[in-house]
Amino acid sequence: MRLSGFNITSLTLGFAFLYLPMVILVVYSFNESRLVTVWTGFSTRWYGELLNNQAFLDAAWVTFKVAALSSTLATVLGTLAAYALVRGGRFAGRTLFSGMIYAPLVMPEVITGLSLLLLFIGIGLERGVLTIVLAHTTFSMCYVSVVVSSRLVTFDRSLEEAALDLGCSPWSAFRLVTLPIIAPAVISGWLLAFTLSLDDLVIASFTTGPSATTLPIKIFSAVRLGVSPEINALSTLMIAIVTLGVIVASLISKQKFVQQQQRERQIDNRTR
Amino acid sequence: MPQTVFAPWDDPTAKPLIRFSNVTKQFGDFTAVRNLTLDIYEHEFFALLGPSGCGKTTMMRMLAGFEDPSSGQIELAGQDIVPVPPNKRAVNMMFQSYALFPHLNVWDNIAFGLRRAAMPKDALRARVEEMLKLTRLERFARRKPHQISGGQRQRVALARSLAKAPRLLLLDEPMGALDKKLRQDTQFELMDIQEKTGTTFVIVTHDQEEAMTVASRVAVMDEGELIQVATPSAIYEAPNCVYVADFIGDVNIIEGAVHPCGPTCYKLHWAESFAPLVASSEQPFATAQKAFLAIRPEKMHISAEPPAGAENTIQGRVHDIAYLGNISTYHVEVAGGRMLKAQAANTRRIENRGFTWDDQVWLSWASNAGVLLEA
Repeated sequence: MRLSGFNITSLTLGFAFLYLPMVILVVYSFNESRLVTVWTGFSTRWYGELLNNQAFLDAAWVTFKVAALSSTLATVLGTLAAYALVRGGRFAGRTLFSGMIYAPLVMPEVITGLSLLLLFIGIGLERGVLTIVLAHTTFSMCYVSVVVSSRLVTFDRSLEEAALDLGCSPWSAFRLVTLPIIAPAVISGWLLAFTLSLDDLVIASFTTGPSATTLPIKIFSAVRLGVSPEINALSTLMIAIVTLGVIVASLISKQKFVQQQQRERQIDNRTR
Repeated sequence: MPQTVFAPWDDPTAKPLIRFSNVTKQFGDFTAVRNLTLDIYEHEFFALLGPSGCGKTTMMRMLAGFEDPSSGQIELAGQDIVPVPPNKRAVNMMFQSYALFPHLNVWDNIAFGLRRAAMPKDALRARVEEMLKLTRLERFARRKPHQISGGQRQRVALARSLAKAPRLLLLDEPMGALDKKLRQDTQFELMDIQEKTGTTFVIVTHDQEEAMTVASRVAVMDEGELIQVATPSAIYEAPNCVYVADFIGDVNIIEGAVHPCGPTCYKLHWAESFAPLVASSEQPFATAQKAFLAIRPEKMHISAEPPAGAENTIQGRVHDIAYLGNISTYHVEVAGGRMLKAQAANTRRIENRGFTWDDQVWLSWASNAGVLLEA
């Protein structure tokens, strides 16, 4: 298909709108000057300084810990919730429950954060890594359950019946048949929860304490004192990590697709 | 050596393997199975036949343990199996969709049930190899289900459900996804395997030809009830009602009033100013009782000249001819616009046929060719 002038213009505008801010950020992360808006020359000095900034490294570690823990917990809970809602049949209050699972999706984050804060104060739980993990689990498990239940709806029920028929208890049927088949949905649910936790600022700032500062909180508070080139460097690293992840994931899935096509072609040739 | 006929259902001392006693299954307001009583014997190849929604699949799912009857009892080898969960029953099922585990290869699919039974490794390997050999799948053992053809998948499903050597194998529309040619081959293969393994098979199908081919006995169902349970030939030759006669194969139904003309002989008055039709029946009918005469098209003889010495003849006009290669079906219009079907083998080349569209023909048949059925 040939691109007309109109198409080229709209494509350029659209992508510029999406990516220009990021390009500026990446470019300025290599700026030598301490002033963010004045370009004086190429340098990697801010990356070096970033690696020596213990506060940022600590925040990065906290963020990673929180994201890994909360996304794992959310995946377990969200998968179980999805399974119960899709497979549980028509138990009393099913509609209410499924509505309640999805409600946090549309709940303003401020409200979620505030109510969790009140809860933690009420039960006297000291705020820190644990409270952020719990808070992130709460709001990200509904995302997991949405992803997993959309897979379960299209899942051929007779596979589970076949497992039962061949001697599985309901639990081992889930473990040996259902779980391996819905694994891609569970994994993407986990990744989604991980990303949500990674970049959450609002809920984390409500539920954190002095002992635990996540990267978004750290960046946000640093920026309030003025944007430093270190932040640019840090953001560029985060962009690089995310981009790398996306590229690796798509390469893996493409390779699998190509392999499968090759295998199918071989079979076609043999059966011919 | 005397040939013994396999017919345990005629033996009053035979113990059934499966016994449904007054089983009813309701889903909300809908009654899927209505007060049904049925015995199925060991080594039988039993077919449940009926249109969709007649309750045949519900019967099968109750045997597998996926549905509980609303009332009544189901026994397997003398034991009530209603409280037994599906994973504890000596019953295996082959699913209509095959339900092969997509993440396991053919070998592991077949081994799945054996592993759950904690079978020792060597015995397990031997059993899987035996099943692969039985279903001629040795070459495909390492393939995943999506890498084999539909027919091969069907055989994997069969091998997997047979691997645990169940007392009873349930087959839910096992050939539904295969094309016609493959289906016919598979039917004979299935009968072969059933004979080799000696397992009792219960098959659910809506394809009457399939049921007739494979089964030792056929149960014709409609709206949750058993209409007739008999051998395929009895169902075909001696249907017990118009529904069965009409459901199995092609049939001509002629309505009329019967008058006895001997101990087992009746005259059917079917149209004014036409000679009554003679039919024999073991079942007694009252004088002037309304009845249906059911005759298969292949039992009607069609000829261009009036046949000599036939017990029943009707004159008509050829309305349509369906040429099927080996046979042709003639639609013949008789008195009052009634349409009768007659089938004849095409033993001569088509240009030598004595009659064609719009020709006058005679239909004739013997008095014992049809069945008299109550209205």
